[in-house]
Amino acid sequence: MLEALVDSLPQLLEGLKFTIGLTILSLILGSLLGILLAVGRSYGKPPLSSFILIYEKVFRGIPLLVIFFLIFFGLSQLGLGLDPITAAVLGLGLRSAAYQAQIYRGAINSIPKGQMTAASSLGMSKLKSIRYIILPQALRLSIPGWSNELTIVLKDTSIAFSIGVIELMRQGRYVYVRNPDLILPVLLLIALIYFILVISASKGLNYLEKKYKMSGFEVGVER
Amino acid sequence: MHMLEVKDVHKSYGNLEVLKGISFTMEKGETKVIIGTSGTGKSTLLYCINQLNPPDKGEVWLDGEEITNPETDINKIRQKIGFVFQEFNLFNHLTALRNVSIGLEKVKGMDKEKAQERAMAELTRVGLKEQVQQYPAQLSGGQKQRVGIARALAMDPMIILFDEPTSALDPELIGDVLDVMKALAGSVAMLVVTHEMGFARNVADEIIFMEGGIIVESGPPKQMFQYPKKPRTKEFLGKISTLYGKE
Amino acid sequence: MDSLPSLLDGLSITLLLTFISLTIGLVIGVALALGRVYGNKIISSVCIGYIEVIRGTPLLVQLFILYFGLPSVGIILTPLSAALLGLSLNSGAYQAEYLRGSIQSIPSGQMIAARTLGMNRLQSIQNIILPQALRISIPAWSNELIYLLKYTSIAYIIQVRELTAEGKFIAADTFRFIEIFVIIAVIYLALTVLLTAIIDKIEKRLSIPGIGAAESIALRNA
Repeated sequence: MLEALVDSLPQLLEGLKFTIGLTILSLILGSLLGILLAVGRSYGKPPLSSFILIYEKVFRGIPLLVIFFLIFFGLSQLGLGLDPITAAVLGLGLRSAAYQAQIYRGAINSIPKGQMTAASSLGMSKLKSIRYIILPQALRLSIPGWSNELTIVLKDTSIAFSIGVIELMRQGRYVYVRNPDLILPVLLLIALIYFILVISASKGLNYLEKKYKMSGFEVGVER
Repeated sequence: MHMLEVKDVHKSYGNLEVLKGISFTMEKGETKVIIGTSGTGKSTLLYCINQLNPPDKGEVWLDGEEITNPETDINKIRQKIGFVFQEFNLFNHLTALRNVSIGLEKVKGMDKEKAQERAMAELTRVGLKEQVQQYPAQLSGGQKQRVGIARALAMDPMIILFDEPTSALDPELIGDVLDVMKALAGSVAMLVVTHEMGFARNVADEIIFMEGGIIVESGPPKQMFQYPKKPRTKEFLGKISTLYGKE
Repeated sequence: MDSLPSLLDGLSITLLLTFISLTIGLVIGVALALGRVYGNKIISSVCIGYIEVIRGTPLLVQLFILYFGLPSVGIILTPLSAALLGLSLNSGAYQAEYLRGSIQSIPSGQMIAARTLGMNRLQSIQNIILPQALRISIPAWSNELIYLLKYTSIAYIIQVRELTAEGKFIAADTFRFIEIFVIIAVIYLALTVLLTAIIDKIEKRLSIPGIGAAESIALRNA
C-alpha cells in the first residue's frame, strides 16, 4: 500500500501545482483590487465609497461556493462560459479583495493624520501622498492580516473542486477512485500537504514581517 | 501559642534574595504595620504568608497549623486569611454585592440568599449601602477598595493582610479607606503594608521596619517614632515624614 | 416560486448545521482553550496540536476524511452526521483560539484574588475567569457564527442537501443558475445581517460596564 501511495505522489504533485497557482493568482487579484477598494473607501466620495461598501458586504456575506456557482454556471447561462480555473481565480480573488480591503483600510485608518498633512505641505497631490506616504506604511502594517488571508485562500482553493478544477483534492480523488484501498491514506496525505503549505506560508510571512519591520512602527492591526 | 507565627522565612527570585529570614508573631485582634522603602520584600512577605508565593525556607503557622506544610489544604487556610490588594482586584464581571458574596457561596457553601444578606451587611459596614448593585468599573478607587475590604471581611478571617491598600488611590480618596480600616482595628487582626505614617502612628500596636530583606527594628509606634534604636530607622522615618508630612 | 419549498428545506438544514456545530464547537473550544492555558505540558501540547492541525487544513479535506475516508476503517457516517461532526470539530479549534485570547487578556489579579478567597483552581476558572472570557469573546463568536453559516455550504460536496445543494438541483433542472443563485445569495446575506443584529442585541444585554469587547483578538476572517 505504501508503494501505491508513493506511486500516486507525482499525480498529487501535479494537482498541487494547480492549488499553488490558484492561490497565487487569486491573491494577486485580491491584493490589487483590495488596495483599490480600500483607498476608494477611505478617500473616495459617497457614490463610490458606498458602492465599495456594498461590494464588501456582498462578497463577505455569501459562501464561496455560491460565488463559484454564480460565476461558473451563471455566466455560462449568459453565454459567457469561463473555464473552471478562470472562474475559480475570479471567485477567490473577488472574495479575497473584499476581505483584504478591510485589512488595508484598518491599516490606513491607523496612520496618523499628520502624515497626510505633512505630505500635502510638501506640495504632493492627494494621489501622490497616498501612493508614496500612506500606502508604504499601510501595507507594512497589513502583513499579519495578509498572512492570515493567504492561508484562508490557500485552504479555500480546495472548494474549486466543486466546479471541476483539477487541483490537489481532485487529483487525489482520481487516485483513490482507481484504487479504493488508498482512500484514507491519500486523504491524510493531502491533509499533510496542506498543513505543510499553511505552516510554511505563515512562518515565511512571519519572517518577512520581522525583516521589514521598522523601529517605532510596530504592527497593531488585528489578525 | 501565637495566632500567627512567621519563622525564618526566606524567598529568592533567581539570584536575588528578597527575604533573608523574617520572623515575627501576631495575636488575635492585633494590628501591625510594616514600613520600609519600596522593593524591600514587604509585599513578597504577605504573599509568602498566604502561600500564593510559598517561601523557599522557613515556616508559617496559623492557629496552631503549619500552613507551609504541603499537606495542608491551603484553600481551607486561605479562608482564614483575608487579603486586600493594592490594585483592588475586584471581580470585574460581578456587582459589588456579588463580589462580596461569591466567596461565601462558592467556598463556604452558604446558600445564595444568606450570602447576599451577609454581603449587604459588610458593604453597609464599609459605607457602600448605595453602591451594592454597581459594577467595579462604575466605582471610584476608594469605593473599590472598600468593596475589597468587605470581600475579605465577609469570609470571617482571623487576619487580614493589606498590601499597600491606599497606594493606588487619589489622595482625596485615601481617608475613607483608612477610616474603614481604623474602625476594624481590634476586631480582626490586621497586617498592613503601607506608607501612611499617620495610620501607623495612630492605629498600629506595633510597627515593623523592613529593609534589605530583614526586619531592622520593630516596636510600638511611640517608641519607633520618638526613640528609634537603629540609625537606619531614624533616617528612614525622617525621610518619610518630609515626604508624606507629619500628622 | 415552485422552488421555494425545497429551498426552505435546504435552509433548515443549513441553519441546523450552523447552530449545532456552533454549540458543539463551543464545548470543544472551551475544553481546548482551558487545556491549552491551564493544562500541564502534555495536555497543552495535545490541545495546541489539535488546534494547529485543524486550522492548518481545509474544511473540505476534513469532511472528505470523515465521509469518504472513515468507511475504509469501518466507520460509516451519514452525510449529515459527517458534516455536523466535521463542522463542530473544525469550529472547536477556531473557538478555542478566540477564547484563549480572551482568557489571556484577563488581568492576573483576577485569578490571584479568587485564590486568596480560598477558591481552588477549578472554582476560580469556573466562577471568575470563564464568565469574563466568554463575554469578551462574544464579538469573535458572532464572527464565527457567520463564518460557519457560510461554510456549511461545503457540506453540499459530501451530499448534504442544504441550501446551496437544493439550489444546485433546481438550477440544474431549470438551467436558471443566475436567478436561483442570486436568490440564494440574498438569503445568505439576509441571514448574515439578521444573525449579526441578534448577537449584537445579546451582547448588549449581557454587557457589563468595564468588560469591553475591545480585548477580543484573533478574529477568524475579520
